[in-house]
Amino acid sequence: MPHDPGANPLVEVRGLNVRFVSRDATVKAVNGVDFTLAQNESLCILGESGSGKSVTLRALMRLNPPKKTVMEGAVRVGGHDIVAAPEKAMADIRGRVVSMVFQEPMTALDPVFTIGKQIAETIIRHEGVSRAEADRRALGLLELVQIPSAKRRLAAYPHELSGGLRQRAMIAIALSCRPKLLLADEPTTALDATVQIQILLLLRRLQQELGMGVIFVTHDLGVAGEIADRVAVMYAGRFIEEGPVAALMRGPLHPYARGLMGATVHAGMRGTRLTTIPGAPPDLSRPVQGCAFAPRCPQAGEDCLPAMPELRSPAPGRNVRCIRVDEAA
Amino acid sequence: MASPAALLSRPLPDVGGPAQPLLSVRGLTKHFPLKGGLLNRTRGVVQAVDDVSFDLRKGETLGIVGESGCGKSTTSRLIMALMEPTAGEVIFDGQTVGPGGLSMKEYRRQVQMVFQDSYASLNPRLTIEESIAYSPQVHGLSRRTAIERAHELLAAVGLEPGQFARRYPHELSGGQRQRINIARALVLRPRLIILDEPVSALDKSVEAQVLNLLMDLKEQYGLTYLFISHDLNVVQYMSDRVLVMYLGRVAEFGPVEAIYAKAAHPYTAALLDSRPSMDPDRRRTEPPLSGDPPNPVNPPSGCRFRTRCLHAEDVCAATVPPLAEAGEDHRAACLVHSPGSGHSKAMPHAA
Amino acid sequence: MLSYILRRVLYAVPIALAVSLLCFLLVHIAPGDPVNAIVPADAPQAVVDQIRAEYGLDKPLPVQFGLWLLKVVQGDLGRSLATGRAVTDDLFVAVQNTLRLSLIAAAIGFAAGTLLGAIAGAFRGSWIDRVAVGLAAAGVSVPHYWLGMVLVIIFSVTVNVLPAMGAGPGGSGDWAWNWEHMRHLVLPAVTLSVIPMGIVTRTVRGIVAEILNQDFVNTLRGKGLRRGGILLHVAKNAAPGTLAIMGLQLGYLMGGSILVETVFSWPGTGFLLNSAIFQRDIPVLQGTILVLALFFVSLNLLVDLMQTALDPRIKRA
Repeated sequence: MPHDPGANPLVEVRGLNVRFVSRDATVKAVNGVDFTLAQNESLCILGESGSGKSVTLRALMRLNPPKKTVMEGAVRVGGHDIVAAPEKAMADIRGRVVSMVFQEPMTALDPVFTIGKQIAETIIRHEGVSRAEADRRALGLLELVQIPSAKRRLAAYPHELSGGLRQRAMIAIALSCRPKLLLADEPTTALDATVQIQILLLLRRLQQELGMGVIFVTHDLGVAGEIADRVAVMYAGRFIEEGPVAALMRGPLHPYARGLMGATVHAGMRGTRLTTIPGAPPDLSRPVQGCAFAPRCPQAGEDCLPAMPELRSPAPGRNVRCIRVDEAA
Repeated sequence: MASPAALLSRPLPDVGGPAQPLLSVRGLTKHFPLKGGLLNRTRGVVQAVDDVSFDLRKGETLGIVGESGCGKSTTSRLIMALMEPTAGEVIFDGQTVGPGGLSMKEYRRQVQMVFQDSYASLNPRLTIEESIAYSPQVHGLSRRTAIERAHELLAAVGLEPGQFARRYPHELSGGQRQRINIARALVLRPRLIILDEPVSALDKSVEAQVLNLLMDLKEQYGLTYLFISHDLNVVQYMSDRVLVMYLGRVAEFGPVEAIYAKAAHPYTAALLDSRPSMDPDRRRTEPPLSGDPPNPVNPPSGCRFRTRCLHAEDVCAATVPPLAEAGEDHRAACLVHSPGSGHSKAMPHAA
Repeated sequence: MLSYILRRVLYAVPIALAVSLLCFLLVHIAPGDPVNAIVPADAPQAVVDQIRAEYGLDKPLPVQFGLWLLKVVQGDLGRSLATGRAVTDDLFVAVQNTLRLSLIAAAIGFAAGTLLGAIAGAFRGSWIDRVAVGLAAAGVSVPHYWLGMVLVIIFSVTVNVLPAMGAGPGGSGDWAWNWEHMRHLVLPAVTLSVIPMGIVTRTVRGIVAEILNQDFVNTLRGKGLRRGGILLHVAKNAAPGTLAIMGLQLGYLMGGSILVETVFSWPGTGFLLNSAIFQRDIPVLQGTILVLALFFVSLNLLVDLMQTALDPRIKRA
């Protein structure tokens, strides 16, 4: 991919395919994703449900259900080969090199363990420190994520905290061993508006202060606008457009990306009719021929069907999978 | 006496005339006692909705916004008479609802509701046409006529009856199910529809389809909407007037343009400033508020927002702010707008 | 926490009272005049009336209940109609025997059930799971008096390694924790353990599978925890539900060992109850049912309190 992450990228993904195999069907959730992420860069993967955005994210730490997932391609995170690593080595990588913040902090935290214990056990697991040292570090982490009365909160159970504090605790767990890469799966979707912006700004600040790479998955354009350096739009298991956040948000090139932004309600749209995308995304348990968006695309023609469009780069740093977009001269 | 089919083919007539609000909510209050302790005494009260009053004008869309615990969903359930209020009353087109006024059956014909969870609100064992045809049959329509009516409504919400009528809810996508719920809400020809987070569970592209549909149906059937949502952009897009709630009380109430252009209540302002900027070159730098909305159990005295408000003064703890004039048809429950309230930023005396 | 315990204990009092009332009424609602069981059929009316008065059976029912309850509270459950011995004396021995049997059976059943259930839940859909589910189904559905007889035929008659009857050598009533006595426990305990084994297997399997499906397990994997670390979390989450089902099963074992005790002539409460029923020995019947029921109530109370201690989400206020 032309995007230049420097000589030593933090994440390098080439030809990633993820299939879920069950007795009834094989679902091709991710179909050839390529990207790189520089150290200290933040990428937002934007897409609707079923686009493969969460599956891609989980593939980066091999967290998809082990029994029914088939993963192909090359995935390297911080120099580790994620596809080939034995399960034991993978467990050492998770939480230490790469960790994840989940969408729903209420269910993503163990209800019968205290917050302090859930942070401390991660540190003990990876660094083998004493319980007292781990507790001390846990307190520091709660302060890092700006939880007030941190000392008291160490002994709290998840249900005793508000939604915002729970998500901060989740972030503290993810950061406990200073990972190089932080993955976040819709981390603010379950939160109230005034809390959502606090968590977004906290994550942005932590990324800059700790110098991590961050990959966000979201369906919310606004979240991407607040936090991403680059944005990738996913459809039917592929990156159909990718580029710097400002350029992409101001002028999306792929017809799906344009449709998605036109369908997103934002300020100043009152009185205008929303543009919609007709139809529904393809069923990924069936083979898709050519451009997966063609059946819903206003610009589609016969020439869209023979093969999946190759990536085109109409401007520096921007990539689109659409034959209607002209390559930069 | 007209046949049930004829009666159900059009909405009930306008009783009070255009100036009469379609729905008047007066001092609506819902407190849930919190029990516990040795003798199961009441240990606290969840003041889910506290003294909420507003008028809903005929043909308008009134948006209700607020965060979790603000009481917006409880308010909608109280209006639907799905629960008993602790105090207050609901007046529909000039008539009280309940004994001595409009019967529950008549009221339910005129007021229908669409919920967020499109799947949970449909009976999984009924086909789509049976689900929609159910309540007309309760109101006396023959099964055949009711099914015919169901097919008309399926077409009205953009689903081909031949293709969808015999399917079951689990065979449909979330957006299609929500269309079914809208069709079902319309089948008795109601005049008011309460939409409780109707698009919150949907993908953006589907959300746009459903919002467009709601706009079309409103025009086509002459409906009035009460639109409840946590999404400020969607509320702005849909509503004529907006009611902002905080911890069970009305914080601000006014025309959508006025509120979004210049919010009068500090909470509304913070809520609006919490929206992501949509412009990567002008990102937010500081969150407008810190912390989560407090628990509605034993809320703060006086102004309930004072614990998170930048303008809070001693007087805010002592006085419950009345809904004061903040512009034309625009009121805010903030002492700053209440002349003579004693707040340093308020006008010293009533004009 | 203390106020919570106190409240739970107080709640148990009316339940215990209701249970006593039921025990009392049970006997009076049952058809047949209890006096007929004592006196010969051709006894003169005067004798019948005298005995009726002696046992207080001539008074109105509420008064009878009050008098009965007063005695019960003082530890007097009356005298057996058949033997003339104090009911409490016989019950004391029988309860000990039943406790011995059911606790051993519970230990076997709970250990096997927890292990099988945990493995089955963790490897749902595998062959291990199918074997465990099959065993559980067999355990629950095989009639245990039948199983008892089969075991007796195999181990006592054919192989002749274990005794078939009684609680000790030579039918002695005194228990001792030695092999001579323990041998007598093996067959009835194994027979009795089969049902709780099946039920605990099923329950633990369900609980473990449900926990493993929860989001937080993904978080644990994402933190890099290994199998052992995750198991610790699963165990603590599974404990309250597992404990609840075990408490209930222990209660059933105490009350439900009647058939097994009869098959093996084990001198416990079930055996006592069985003979009391056939002899219409009402004081024994009442006393035994009352003690078993009260045991059940206290067991439930205990389980509730332990669950509260284990699960931080249950309000302790």
